Amino acid sequence: MPAPARSVAVPAVSPRLLATALLTVGLLLTLAYLVAFDQGAVSRSGMFLHELMHDGRHLLGVPCH
Amino acid sequence: MRTFGNLVVRGLLVGLFAGLLAGAFAYVTGEPHIDAAIAIEEAGGAAHTHGDSHDTSTEAAPADEEEPLVSRSGQRAGLFLATALYGVALGGIFAVGFTLLRRRLRTTNDSYAALGLAAAGFVGIVLVPFLKYPPNPPAVGDPETITKRTVSYLLTLVIGLLAIWAGVAASRWAARFGEAPWIRLGVGGAALLATVVAAYLVLPAINEVPGSFPATLLWQFRFASLGTQAVLWTLIGFGYAALVDRRVPSKSESEVVAA
Ligand SMILES: [Zn+2]
Repeated sequence: MPAPARSVAVPAVSPRLLATALLTVGLLLTLAYLVAFDQGAVSRSGMFLHELMHDGRHLLGVPCH
Repeated sequence: MRTFGNLVVRGLLVGLFAGLLAGAFAYVTGEPHIDAAIAIEEAGGAAHTHGDSHDTSTEAAPADEEEPLVSRSGQRAGLFLATALYGVALGGIFAVGFTLLRRRLRTTNDSYAALGLAAAGFVGIVLVPFLKYPPNPPAVGDPETITKRTVSYLLTLVIGLLAIWAGVAASRWAARFGEAPWIRLGVGGAALLATVVAAYLVLPAINEVPGSFPATLLWQFRFASLGTQAVLWTLIGFGYAALVDRRVPSKSESEVVAA
């Protein structure tokens, strides 16, 4: 049951769009991971980024130490 | 018609804006409770050590910690960095979700579609994990179980999204039995709740808050955390609804078929 095309602001989902979308989500999930879950393993900054964003991590409801 | 890039950039901007304001909310409502929790830890009131340096040694005594990597004032500033980056990530993912799901949503109004998706995101990604694993302030929690807690938390998040999907699917299935809204809402809500309750029963219980930790402080922190995420999702929803809204459909819309 396709929604009426009028007033719909998005392009149709093509394989190419889907691939771009998955790549985008992958990159953004990596960013979210760095903020919320990284223990220094990916950021290669030791625990610096983890410590810097520690309050945010706790207040965003993510499990921490 | 908007291009994919245009739709995603709007999401990133809305997310940045929402993240900064959520950071301000968290700073005002949450930081005092974090400070209070750390004070309790430093007074030796908590059962578990949670050194500011995250020393891997569990023997680290709170009294003779080495210099912390980031000072408390640095962490307070880092709060805004964390919520802003997290907001950007969520806003972008939200925009991708909007683009992919928009044509499956049964509304002709892009703003309602954005608000509905944000509400679904808040319930699935925030509320469902929160009710099973409410967040704890620093100084609570056993460092040894961080992996188990993280995996369980991510599972609740995935299950929250699955529950939303189950609710929508069930409500659409129920629509064939009648037009009345209560049929669709009732069946959809029941499917959502059943998924969540079943998952809650299967997932492990985690309760690491020491009995000595003040319950009032614990829940004040938890509500500050929930409020922070509510601000984030509310602003993403309304911000994106405002940016994507096209009250006057442009003439080019029907012409630009091949975008
Ligand atoms: Zn930590």
